Amino acid sequence: MEVLKIATAGSVDDGKSTLIGRLLYDTKSLTDDKVEAIRKSSEQRGYDYLDFSFATDGLVAEREQGITIDVAHIYFSTLKKSYIIADTPGHVEYTRNMVTGASTSQVAIILIDARKGVIEQTYRHFFINNLLRVKDIIVAVNKMDLVDYSEEVFNDIKSDFEALNAVSTYAEQQLTYIPVSALKGDNIVEKTDAMPWYDGDTILGHLEQLEVSDVQDGGQTRFAVQNVIRPKTEEYHDFRGFAGKIKGGKLKVGDKITVLPSLTQSKVKEIYFFDKTYQEAAAGSSVVITLEDEINITRGDMLVKSDELPKIEKQIEATVCWMDNKQLQPGAKYLIQHNTNKVLSKIDGVKHVISTQYGSHQDANNKLALNEIGSVSIKLSKPIFYDSYQDNKANGSFILIDPQTNATAGVGFID
Amino acid sequence: METVTEETQTKATISNTSVLEINALESEAIYIFREVVAQFENPVLLFSGGKDSITLVRLAQKAFFPAKIPFPLMHIDTGHNFPETIAFRDKLVKELGVELIVRNVQDSINEGKVVEETGKYASRNMLQTTTLLDAIEEFKFDACIGGARRDEEKARAKERIFSVRDDFGQWDEKNQRPELFDLLNGEIELGQNVRVFPISNWTELDVWSYIEKERIEIPSIYFAHQRNIFVRDGLIWSADDEVVFRAEDELVEEKTVRFRTVGDMSCTAAVLSTADTIEKVVSEIRDSKISERGARIDDKRSEAAMEKRKQQGYF
Repeated sequence: MEVLKIATAGSVDDGKSTLIGRLLYDTKSLTDDKVEAIRKSSEQRGYDYLDFSFATDGLVAEREQGITIDVAHIYFSTLKKSYIIADTPGHVEYTRNMVTGASTSQVAIILIDARKGVIEQTYRHFFINNLLRVKDIIVAVNKMDLVDYSEEVFNDIKSDFEALNAVSTYAEQQLTYIPVSALKGDNIVEKTDAMPWYDGDTILGHLEQLEVSDVQDGGQTRFAVQNVIRPKTEEYHDFRGFAGKIKGGKLKVGDKITVLPSLTQSKVKEIYFFDKTYQEAAAGSSVVITLEDEINITRGDMLVKSDELPKIEKQIEATVCWMDNKQLQPGAKYLIQHNTNKVLSKIDGVKHVISTQYGSHQDANNKLALNEIGSVSIKLSKPIFYDSYQDNKANGSFILIDPQTNATAGVGFID
Repeated sequence: METVTEETQTKATISNTSVLEINALESEAIYIFREVVAQFENPVLLFSGGKDSITLVRLAQKAFFPAKIPFPLMHIDTGHNFPETIAFRDKLVKELGVELIVRNVQDSINEGKVVEETGKYASRNMLQTTTLLDAIEEFKFDACIGGARRDEEKARAKERIFSVRDDFGQWDEKNQRPELFDLLNGEIELGQNVRVFPISNWTELDVWSYIEKERIEIPSIYFAHQRNIFVRDGLIWSADDEVVFRAEDELVEEKTVRFRTVGDMSCTAAVLSTADTIEKVVSEIRDSKISERGARIDDKRSEAAMEKRKQQGYF
């Protein structure tokens, strides 16, 4: 079955948990014992309604404080699709969690409280989903029941949001506006009679008709070698296969390929998936490939089609989201993990910090603090083979690992 | 049901269709297995004999074919396993030609490292942690691959695919590394280890559907069979095996049941079911009104039972 990955972000007050709870409840994805557990927890805290955040906030600290701290993954399915929701907190101090959730999602649901309209947090959600090039955005205007299901309120919010969209750097991004009440269940799974002026889909209806595509699909074919498979058995005495996941496009037997960094050329001889061979495999497939010629290839090398070479450089410019308590500073050394490659790197400079607040743009600063996003120059100890994030998500993104603590300190999107 | 034979494991055949069909979850799991082998020196697959770890074994086979699975399997044996599970385990290991390591909770008890629980709800489930941590230290494993899934339980929903544990096996749930795209950071210090969960994003139904599609053999207790049982707190317990404590007033009756999860006998309850084929099991799961872990008494101890166990090193 197709799997559609969705990111949600928000705080307790805007009804995010209620919306997710509604999706689960109305698609009958919550089993009786789970509903019972939620009922019990809600009663213990003196609520007269079901508080679905008890289903999503999985840590003791989250339930105590009534906030989402870390990404939770929630699963439900319909007859058509399987859905995975990456549920993340929405405050500025959790920007890194939002970025994490958005990195694996095709769809983002941005929640707006109809009474409050577009606020700073809305802008931040939109900015991050725009930066990460999340393909489909659902702007869910929630709590419509508290504004008398007013078409005017909905339209005002819609035009305010359209104004935000003016900063968009991703023209193909699809925006869909849906007026909902998560509490009453209006336009989540069931269509409501309360807003006859709205003739669009419900949230689930919209999700059901979206075409699923691999988040990392798109762009030219990139095959980063994970392992070299050498069975050394009788049947496969001379077998040398290269294991990896195809990212972008597809590979066919007979395709002319170039191996990076050696720039040696060969042709695809066989495509294995387990105990069968195929003529063709598309992006998203984890396969084993053999080549016509004997070439020295190791982990970290990349196979590409000979007429689709990526850039090969020792210096990159990238937008970086910082995730570590220790600030990012010029001169600092980090390990760059880019595809299956790990390369030592040095920060050349932080050109500016990009504000995630609406209205202000950039601050000149030579540092990036936790949860800040900025434009960074990085020098590498050896070349990497990359594309811009815009052209190829998988080959245009990397993480920075602090060699002292091994922490994943930041994520970068190559310009 | 088909068995994985020596033949299908070692000889590749040309597929009937020329274009490979993608199963996103399977592809993701295979990718994760390959990252483990590339990034760690001494990985191990934690094998319980349950359906999730059997699924992991099939995915590991797929990840490295035509080479053999390049790491051993390890079973932390509570001594309270269903006999069918053990027989199944030994047969599978023989067919695959992989190394099996078994470490026994009974030994940890004998050595005085843990104390056996007593009473009505006694279980060796918690005691496994000590045996597991000792085994990790003994063999110097730096990555332990497990079949946990995020949909099982709400603390597990917060778990990473590469989950770093300290020298004491502890999970620091508030300080987890962000995981972006499919970039898995396997850098660790000496003494730390990583728990790896390749089927994190699978649901119970995904696992069962995969077992059906791949015709993977699983222990017979997953299918409906006649068994002597007794009922306590609304849960059905096996009365055929001595390890499950039964009070004198708890009456034994024969019913048609199956097990939905297979763990330690003392904490795994059966469900009434007539599903005696994989197809029937899949449709039963699809329509189920009770979650998988609803029949696991170990999760019912408190709302945060799983989070607490994980902090102590449980997988």
